[in-house]
Amino acid sequence: MKIELTEAQENWQNEFSAFVDNEMVPLADLNDSEERIHPDMLRKMAEAGYLGSMLPKKYGGMELDNVTLGILNEEAGRGCSSARSLLTVHGMVSLAILRWGTEQQRSDWLPKLATGSALAAFGLTEPNAGSDAKSIETTAELDGDEYVLNGRKKWITIAQIADLFLIFAKCDGQPAAFLVERERLGVTVLPMSGLLGARGSMIAEVVLSDCRIPQENLLGKLGMGLTHIALPCLDYGRYTIACGCVGLAQACLEASVEYGSTRVQFGRPLRDNQLIQKMIAEMAVQVKAARMLCYKVGYLRDSGDPDSIMETWTAKYFASTMLTKITNDAVQIHGANGCHSGYPVERYFRDAKINEIIEGTSQMHEMLIAEQQFVTNRRAGRTMAQTANS
Amino acid sequence: MEEMKVKIKKFLSRFFRKHELGDDEDIFALGFVNSLFAMQLVMFLEKEFALTIDSRDMDLDNFRTINRMVSLIQEKAAVDQQSSQVSGG
Repeated sequence: MKIELTEAQENWQNEFSAFVDNEMVPLADLNDSEERIHPDMLRKMAEAGYLGSMLPKKYGGMELDNVTLGILNEEAGRGCSSARSLLTVHGMVSLAILRWGTEQQRSDWLPKLATGSALAAFGLTEPNAGSDAKSIETTAELDGDEYVLNGRKKWITIAQIADLFLIFAKCDGQPAAFLVERERLGVTVLPMSGLLGARGSMIAEVVLSDCRIPQENLLGKLGMGLTHIALPCLDYGRYTIACGCVGLAQACLEASVEYGSTRVQFGRPLRDNQLIQKMIAEMAVQVKAARMLCYKVGYLRDSGDPDSIMETWTAKYFASTMLTKITNDAVQIHGANGCHSGYPVERYFRDAKINEIIEGTSQMHEMLIAEQQFVTNRRAGRTMAQTANS
Repeated sequence: MEEMKVKIKKFLSRFFRKHELGDDEDIFALGFVNSLFAMQLVMFLEKEFALTIDSRDMDLDNFRTINRMVSLIQEKAAVDQQSSQVSGG
């Protein structure tokens, strides 16, 4: 076992870190207050190639390994949760097309998605179908050589500016995924505002009213929409969110150390107070632990290991829940200042909560992780029983 | 072929109560098949046997029994071999 980044990964880390400090951090508050991703930030992300970070070079992407992708998302999460959200959903759709698309679909979309000349959004959630994705009500009916889509998607990240939607619908009762271009007749995008955190995620409702798309816009086959398209997308999403949580927690830690060093009360800096020290110590340990879980997932993903899926659930659960605690403590250390937008921890506090809901709530994680433990334990118990009987 | 079966059985044993799966036993009929398992199975086959499962292969029947999985692996290996001969010649 060797737990360290390669030289190439360290070089990428330095590049991403500098990019985030120079291009993302200065605009993050503005993104939050204006509830959008500033066009300059988006343009620079595209110019840096980050929108194609997960795609092969063959299609104009960066072809980063999964550990490096994780580092990119960690750094982006440190700078701006909304921009990290964009990277996540854009990557989810890009990878779905790469994995299951026809050659035509790949050549039509992947070069554009890699450069950012087209942005993609993931259309699964509906007003009545959140965690229970199997209950989606959007329908697709084959009419001649076209599918006709009807339904309503909600909470769709980046939908306000997306050029392409990956829409999940039921066709003859079977879940399926469709590529729907924004300009199609029957597509209406209704921007949503007033989000608690990650307010620049440019979420929207996407309404499909007798929206006709060519039969060729079906991605994969009928019936595999949820299990083999949506779930692997969400698996990637979960990984990048976990990494983003690590970055945001790191930002909290750095802000808290800085504030604790400079803020003077009772004639001494806060850092001299042992109760403050305890919060800083816990933050530091939790961030390191979450980062290691994410690195492990990146390693398993790179080796194609099926265990990567459960490890991703574990990493996302740990990273998002520790982040809620860390942002809470960061605000606590900042006192009244932490409750005001004059300090970034106020935004971090709001952004953090979103991560416990998207790509599976904490409770869905708990249910799945527990269930897996029971299955594993059952297997171990069988082995023990066999040993005892032999 | 036997080696393939052993590897597949070992992987499947992680998910099924029944200790010894028959080569022609329908794993979907056993009850413990969920979407997580389906994803993991595809990843396992791809990694273990160095193949890429594409949407044309995504027929439940290809994954229903150990023997069907072995057939899929062999078919894909044959196609890969043919393609490499064509590109090489």
